Amino acid sequence: MPRRLFFWTLCFVAWASLHAQTNSGGFPFWIQRKRVDPAPKPAGFGRPASAEELKQRDITVLSDGAGLPDGKGTAAQGEAVYRDKCASCHGTNGEGNLPQGPQLVGGIGTLATDNPIRTVGSFWPYATSVWDYIHRAMPQNQPGSLSTDDTYAVTAFLLNRNKIVETSEVMNKESLPKVRMPNRDGFVPDARPDVGKNTRTFGENRNQKSQAR
Amino acid sequence: MKHKSTDRTKDDASHADSRGRRRFLATTTALAATLAGGLTDLWGDEGREPGAPMRPYGERSPFEKVARKSSRPGPLSGTGSTLTPLESLYGIITPSALHFERHHSGVPTIDPDKHELLIHGLVEKPLVFKMDEIKRFPSVSRIHFLECSGGSAGEYQGDPAPTPQQTAGLFSCSEWTGVPLSMLMREAGVKPSAKWVLAEGGDASRNARSIPMEKVMDDVLVAYGQNGEAVRPEQGYPIRLIVPGWEGNINVKWLQRLHVLDQPAMTRDESADYDDLLANGKSYRFSFVMEAKSIVTRPAGGQHLAGPGAYEITGLAWSGRARVAGVEVSTDGGKNWLKTELQQPVLKNAAVRFRLPWNWDGNEAVIGSRCTDESGYVQPTHEQIIAARGTHARFHYNGIKWWRLQKSGELTYA
Repeated sequence: MPRRLFFWTLCFVAWASLHAQTNSGGFPFWIQRKRVDPAPKPAGFGRPASAEELKQRDITVLSDGAGLPDGKGTAAQGEAVYRDKCASCHGTNGEGNLPQGPQLVGGIGTLATDNPIRTVGSFWPYATSVWDYIHRAMPQNQPGSLSTDDTYAVTAFLLNRNKIVETSEVMNKESLPKVRMPNRDGFVPDARPDVGKNTRTFGENRNQKSQAR
Repeated sequence: MKHKSTDRTKDDASHADSRGRRRFLATTTALAATLAGGLTDLWGDEGREPGAPMRPYGERSPFEKVARKSSRPGPLSGTGSTLTPLESLYGIITPSALHFERHHSGVPTIDPDKHELLIHGLVEKPLVFKMDEIKRFPSVSRIHFLECSGGSAGEYQGDPAPTPQQTAGLFSCSEWTGVPLSMLMREAGVKPSAKWVLAEGGDASRNARSIPMEKVMDDVLVAYGQNGEAVRPEQGYPIRLIVPGWEGNINVKWLQRLHVLDQPAMTRDESADYDDLLANGKSYRFSFVMEAKSIVTRPAGGQHLAGPGAYEITGLAWSGRARVAGVEVSTDGGKNWLKTELQQPVLKNAAVRFRLPWNWDGNEAVIGSRCTDESGYVQPTHEQIIAARGTHARFHYNGIKWWRLQKSGELTYA
């Protein structure tokens, strides 16, 4: 009965092509792909953040200077701010006063020696991070109390005492990201495991593995 | 009937008599107990006083004095750190009240009804979540350790600490409950250019760290529960990040803002602090994983063994890279190693309790443990770490810790 055979063949091809469409992904149609749950739909929780609250809450500063606000300051202006707000913990000239506050000035060129001294000048790779940290966290007894100009000025003061910028050099959102810190290239990606990586399998599994190989 | 009545009278009389005597005894016992600090006489046959009343929130026994210990006092009372008394703990869970602390600007007091979490940056829609909304998402509970990357840091400089608490006490383990951060991220809609998320805390210093997007979408939790109750204020109340297996500092507490970025923010902590300085003057950047480590907590430095005989050597092991595969103990300074028994469950990124029955022959012994994880990584010796990194690094120390047992039974660091 060739006509009946033809009919059934046609039915089969139609059925198979339907599956080929719904079951794409390189698998033959008779192999059902494992069903993957679709990404959960958003629950619709949370309210949209307003532009105003974003402006108020977003204090992020990136190393390319994005996020730095308008304002400016020089080392000359920063000296008085530093004396009033910072010197009691970090020393008159940023020499440090542990455990009150770490050293901020000096140590440039010491990192590879037997007595490395980590300071803003010798260790910090980005001047923007200095501004950001002062803005976030300093002075420790009243973070957030410095004005934007004072923050630029104190940052300029610390960079100046580390002989990175001139006394009269104006620090603002354009100039600060351009400051090149001495230890800018002093970092390598985490190379761990740098020890202990003599791969072994613990206990009985060790024998099984070696047999398998 | 009569018989009974007589009996009863007799009974009553003796009862009254004994009641009087009991009352007298009770008074004296109570007085003695007050003097002795509220003791209950468990074995007295002269009557027993009922114990203390119930209370809405429990306290431990007044006899228990185990406490955190300050490790590095900061300039202000709320800065610095306190250490978990590992040698006094059982099992793998750290009681919330004994969880180590490391604060950069004190513990803020946050009203959960007013607290908000902002997600913004490279997202389709910047969102603000209230606490009740965060808790409406499907929750998960997982047991995870937290270790400050400064744990055992003094060992780099050959400054061995005398007790488990003092050397490795910047380590704790809790059951954390919260919502996967990936779920909140999907809610806001992460843009394809997003590579990092800056997480910011609500403490005075606005402590902030950048986390790679891959980790964010993998297993990071926004946790509001710790060991069955709300996260403790010292641990980030009302919400904190749990970044499993990664250094403590990145598990931002008092979480208030998540900024989705195309680059790391290079905050002070990630670009200029938690970077291990090597002997050649270069520093590792983004050392996130806390590598396999273990410590014998009993018998250990600061303790005393009563004399030769049977003891259990026990301690804790963990790895932020892979599940703990096994822990070995040596009592001869590393010449011979014995496989220990691991208490189940052995969970990824959780503390693991190991045990080994041991018979002390009374001779001097040097006791230590070595952890191997399922990646094949073996906890290194102090010498191996120093050979690889030098002595100027300050973080991520995970060397084998030895305790020296003297013939007298005294234990000190080796």
